[in-house]
Amino acid sequence: MNKQLLLGAEAIAQAALDAGISGVYAYPGTPSTEITEYVQKSPQAKEPFVRAAWATNEKTAYEAALGMSYAGKRSLVCMKHVGLNVAADAFMNSSVTGIHGGLVIVVADDPSMHSSQNEQDSRVYGKFAMIPVLEPANQQETYNMTRHAFDLSEQTALPVLLRIPTRLSHSRAVVTRTETRPHNNLTPSEEKGKWILLPANARRNYQQLLEKQQQLVSLSESSPYNKIMEGTGKKAVIAFGIGYNYAMEVIGSYKLQIPLLKISQYPLPEHKIKAFCDQYDDILIVEEGYPVYEELLKGYFGNLKFRGRLDGALPRTGELSPAPLAKALGLTTSETKVIPAIVAPRPPMLCQGCGHRDLFDALNLAMESYPYKQVFGDIGCYTLGALPPYNAISTCVDMGASITMAKGAADAGLRPAVCVIGDSTFTHSGMTGLLDAVNDRSPVTIIISDNDTTAMTGGQDSAGTGRFFDICKGLGVEEEHIRLMVPLKKNLNENSTILKEELDYNGVSVIISQRECVQTLKKNQKSKKLIAEN
Amino acid sequence: MQRNIIIAGVGGQGILTIASIIDLAAMNLGLHVKQAEVHGMSQRGGAVESHLRISTEEIYSDLIPLGKADMILSLEPMESLRYLPFLAPDGVIVTSTEPYENIDSYPDKTELLQKISESSSAFLVDAKSMATAAGNVMTYNVAMLGAAAPYIGMEPAELEKAIVTYFGGKGEKIVETNLNAFRLGKDNTQK
Repeated sequence: MNKQLLLGAEAIAQAALDAGISGVYAYPGTPSTEITEYVQKSPQAKEPFVRAAWATNEKTAYEAALGMSYAGKRSLVCMKHVGLNVAADAFMNSSVTGIHGGLVIVVADDPSMHSSQNEQDSRVYGKFAMIPVLEPANQQETYNMTRHAFDLSEQTALPVLLRIPTRLSHSRAVVTRTETRPHNNLTPSEEKGKWILLPANARRNYQQLLEKQQQLVSLSESSPYNKIMEGTGKKAVIAFGIGYNYAMEVIGSYKLQIPLLKISQYPLPEHKIKAFCDQYDDILIVEEGYPVYEELLKGYFGNLKFRGRLDGALPRTGELSPAPLAKALGLTTSETKVIPAIVAPRPPMLCQGCGHRDLFDALNLAMESYPYKQVFGDIGCYTLGALPPYNAISTCVDMGASITMAKGAADAGLRPAVCVIGDSTFTHSGMTGLLDAVNDRSPVTIIISDNDTTAMTGGQDSAGTGRFFDICKGLGVEEEHIRLMVPLKKNLNENSTILKEELDYNGVSVIISQRECVQTLKKNQKSKKLIAEN
Repeated sequence: MQRNIIIAGVGGQGILTIASIIDLAAMNLGLHVKQAEVHGMSQRGGAVESHLRISTEEIYSDLIPLGKADMILSLEPMESLRYLPFLAPDGVIVTSTEPYENIDSYPDKTELLQKISESSSAFLVDAKSMATAAGNVMTYNVAMLGAAAPYIGMEPAELEKAIVTYFGGKGEKIVETNLNAFRLGKDNTQK
C-alpha cells in the first residue's frame, strides 16, 4: 500500500501519522474536516495510540495541541480559515513561546467561499505570527510537505502553518508514502522562561523570535519547494502554492517557454526572489487568495512591472483557474459553449424531514403577531432557514454570534430578541454569550436547535449532546424558562405556543428544540443493519 | 492520452461513487489521476459536480480548463447543461433522462431534452429502468457509468474490475447487481 489515491486533506493526515504524531486536535469545518476523520478511521492510529476525538472549538483544539507539544510529543491541529480567528489568541502567543515537540497547524482556506462567510488568506496570519508557512501545490507535495513541516517545527522550535485551499483539500490524486517513524517520548519541557509569558520573559522571547527570522529566510532560500523553471523572454511568472498548477496548465497547453518561480515556503526567500525579479520587465504574480505578496513586491508606490490581482490582470476575488491566467498572459482563449437560459439555479436546501424545517414553521407562526420579525441566526445547516420558503433568519456572522447579537439588540430595545443556534455551535462559542445574558438579565429567547450532531460538516460528534438542559441551568437560566420541544409537524401549534410564551417573558429563556438529524439517523440505521447482517 | 470528464448531478445522487470507480481503474493502469469534488454545504440537495482528469502525463490543474472536457456525464438532465462552458466543441453529453425535481422552477422535460440534443452530441439514458432491470434501483449511478464507458478512455473490462474491488466489501450480490447495471448501460450506448 505504498501508493494510495488520497484527497489533499487525507494526504495531510496520512503524512502526519507517518511523521509520528501522538494526537490530532480539531473542530470540524469545511474544507478541513476530512483530515481528522481520516486519522479517526485509520488502523495506524490504534497502536501506538493517536488521540483524535473532536474538540469543542478551534481554540481548545490549538491549546491542547500546544500542551502535547509541551510534553515533548508531536501534534497536529486542523481548522478552516475562520477557525483560526477563534484560535488566534493561542496561535499568536505560541509563536512567542515556541514549541517543544513538533507542532503543525493546518489551515484550510476557502477562496470563492464555497462553504464560508469570507475568503480570508491564512498566510497573513503566518506572517503576523512570524512563523514558517508552507503552501503545497499538489497532493504528493502536500504529503511530503506535511512531513517537512514537522521537521521544520522541531528544527526551529516554532509552530509551522500549512495552508491549503479547498481545491487541494477536496481533490484526489495518487500519493506515494514514505517510511513511518516512531512517536516522540514523553519529555515535559523544563524551560520555565520559555513558557511563562510574563512581560519580562515575553520581551526576551519576542526578541528571540525576531532574531530567528534570518534563519527562517535562509531555510526558504534553500528549500527545494521554492524552485525556478528556466525559460526565455522578458516576461515571467511567480506562482504561489496551488497557483503553480494553473500556471503550469497554461504553460503546457500553450507550449510557452516563460520562466517561472514557484514559491511554497515562507517567509519569502529574499535573494532568490530578487535575483529572479531583476531579470524580467513583466512579472505576473499568481496567488490563490489575497494579493498578499503581490502587494509586498509591488511596494507602496507601485512598481508597474508586477501584475496580478491588484491591477486587474487577474480577478481580485475568488479562486483561480486556468482561463483567467491564460488571459493575463495575453493568450487568446477560444469561445466556449453557453449555459442555456432554461437551466434554473439549484441552491442547497434543508433535507426533507429535517427537524430545523419544523422549528422554522413553528417560529414563523409564533412571530406572526409581533411587529419586529428579526431572528438572529448562526452557523450551521439551519442557516439555510434564511432561504425561501422559510425566510426565517435575519443574520449569520460568526460562530455563537446569534446569542450575543440578540443580547445587544435587546439592550437597544428590540422585542422580542430571539435567536436560533445549533447544538454544536452553542458549545463551540454560545455558552459564554448566554452567561453574559444571564448576568445582565437580558430579555432574550435562545432557541437551541439540537440535532445531536455537527450536521453541516457531515455528522461529527457534538460536544454537549444530551446535556443542554443541565448546561443552561448551570449557567444560571431559570429552570422554568428552559423549555423542551420536539420539532415535528404534528407539534406545530403546541411548539408555537411554547415559543410565544417565552418570547413574551421579560428575561432569559432557552428553548431546546430536539430531534436527531435525518442524515445521522439514516447512517446509524444503515450501520446497525450491517452489524445485524454480519 | 488525456481524458477530462465532468460528472454532474444533485448532492446525494452518487457522483462520488462513479468518480471513485473510474479513479480506481485509472490507478490500476498506472495512469495519473486528479479528481476534484464538492463537500460541505452544497451537498444538501444542491447542484454538485466532480472534475475528473486521467492522463498518461502529469496533470497540473485540479479543475478542467473551460472548453476542454471530453464528456459531461450527468445523473440528471438539467444538470448536464449547467457545465456546458467546460465541454469541448467535439465533446459528448451522456445524461440520465430522469429529472430530480426539488425546486419549483424546474423546466419542462421535453424542452430540456431538446436543448440537450441541440447542445452537443448527446446520449439520453433511461438509467432508472436499467437499474431496475439490473435488480436494484440504487445501481442507477453505475448504470450511468456503463452508459458512459465507451468515452472514458479505458477498456470497459478495467472499469468492471474496479467495480468488483469497490463493492467487494458489501458482498457478492451487490457486486453482481452493479455489474449487471454497468453492462446494461454500456450495451445501451453501444447498440
